Amino acid sequence: MSVTSASMTAEAPAGVRRPRDDDPVWRWVAFGPALLLMLAMGTLPLINLVFTSFHDVAWSGGTAQWTFRGLDHYGELSSDPLVSAGVVNTIVFALGAVVGQLVLGFVLALLVSRIDRGQVLFRAVFILPILIPGIVIGAIWKLMLNFDFGLINQAIGLLGIGPHDWLGDAGTALLSVIVVDIWHWTPFCFLLFLAGIESLPGDVFEASRIDGASPWQEFWLITVPLMIPTIAVTFAFRLVLAFKVFDEVYLLTGGGPGTATEVISFTLYQRFFTEDRVGYGAAISVAVIFFICLLLVAGLSMRRLGRAQ
Amino acid sequence: MTQTSRGRAIAYVVLTVVAVAIVIPVLWIIAAGFRTQISLLMGDVLFTPVLRNFQEVLFSKGSDFLDNYRNSIIVGGLSTAICVLAGTLAAWSLERLRWPRWVAHVFLAWALVFQMIPPVALASAWFTMERAMQLDNTFIGLILAHATLNLPMAVWLMAVFVRDVPDELVEAARIDGASGPTLFTRIVLPIIAPGLAATTVLCFVFSWNEFAVALNLTNKGTATVPVAIAKFAQDFEIQYTQMAAAAALSILPALVLLLIGQRYIVKGLTTGAIK
Repeated sequence: MSVTSASMTAEAPAGVRRPRDDDPVWRWVAFGPALLLMLAMGTLPLINLVFTSFHDVAWSGGTAQWTFRGLDHYGELSSDPLVSAGVVNTIVFALGAVVGQLVLGFVLALLVSRIDRGQVLFRAVFILPILIPGIVIGAIWKLMLNFDFGLINQAIGLLGIGPHDWLGDAGTALLSVIVVDIWHWTPFCFLLFLAGIESLPGDVFEASRIDGASPWQEFWLITVPLMIPTIAVTFAFRLVLAFKVFDEVYLLTGGGPGTATEVISFTLYQRFFTEDRVGYGAAISVAVIFFICLLLVAGLSMRRLGRAQ
Repeated sequence: MTQTSRGRAIAYVVLTVVAVAIVIPVLWIIAAGFRTQISLLMGDVLFTPVLRNFQEVLFSKGSDFLDNYRNSIIVGGLSTAICVLAGTLAAWSLERLRWPRWVAHVFLAWALVFQMIPPVALASAWFTMERAMQLDNTFIGLILAHATLNLPMAVWLMAVFVRDVPDELVEAARIDGASGPTLFTRIVLPIIAPGLAATTVLCFVFSWNEFAVALNLTNKGTATVPVAIAKFAQDFEIQYTQMAAAAALSILPALVLLLIGQRYIVKGLTTGAIK
């Protein structure tokens, strides 16, 4: 969805003039609700958030006590061990999970596009994880990975491998969360890739087969290059979602052990809500949003560069 | 065996393995809901199913799960209605009515940035504001939050569908004297109905699944299903089997939607990103 903004406002094909409605009242009435919602619930709270980040807020009996702190909170960010752990873990998590999902999703999409029976069935099964609440996925895998009775430890026990405390061991906790996220979101990548593969022009493949291309050549020289736009979109889309990760971490590990799975959303949650440090938490929020805007600008200018070449 | 049929056989094997890997955890948690705590802890493979966990979760005095379920339906239903209504109208207005270019650009850019903000950051912003307005812990506060959270997606999706409405049809309707709201409800809505269905299903599912915001903007009386499930996992002594039963109950709507509306879900998920 993120990539549509450019094409959305694109002109109708040259020469075709779109008939347009002239009634300004209707134009405003139709746009009004969305505009109002975005202003009242989108813009206003964020302005308020920036304001809050310059203060300390203490609640006493329903009224707030505001103490001006200037840029103190922003100064504190760099020395907060949770914030730095959160940033590092979020990046590792996002890249690890998204790359895994892209590769697996692509392979699955290719395979499903090759079979002629059971496509609908496989697709239905593969969609399932997308529809399950993140928190339930956390609950499912908290049980699956449980040290004492989890199915994973039972399964590797059959192979003669001793049980492992997947979520309790700092060495495997983040990896486990990544694997759970791959389980959760590979289906989404699969869906987008399948839609992309199905819309590829069939005659190109026919021509390559006539020219004697091997399946391997066909894959690397035709399918992958043609799929680059879809891959880029899926990558960007998933990366943005991965940076937001919260639900699964909340249930699986709570950021632990230590700071092994501390992701930035969780840091923010702890500082703002658990410790009730509203002013400092607001500063973390603002910093995160600022970072996202930077990413967006970087992404868009890279796209523009790519187009220009 | 020819090369293609061997390749196809391998494809089936791999796909089946993946399908099993997806289904097993879900089935296992549902099965855990029918176990006794002891049977789960002992890791018995075979067990006699019991209904006690579901009875406890749904009907015991100490459990609010039915209330949570009702809350989720209220919040999901109303936020979806607001979101789809506002999103569809805005998409039509921005896409097909006479706005200066920059209006659509600015709005969509802002929606794009908004879409990228972590829900917890938004929750912190909403919490501060709603607390000052005494809207925290109310249905209205959470409904507005969820509607806003899904609005960018709704506008984008509906914009794609609205763009596909043929010009000739709109022009013909206009010549027949229809304009503004009449044209929109009589001519446009029926054409974009499939897109509307896709957007509605997705908005509802995302609201139903949403946790980070609901966790921080609700209290005991307004908590939704995901918040309740998180509570199960945090009790001093975790009732694993009850948590499993609650989890199984929470994915029921998703399963129903998957069975009756798979087409719309696929359409919604792929349209938004690809087009």
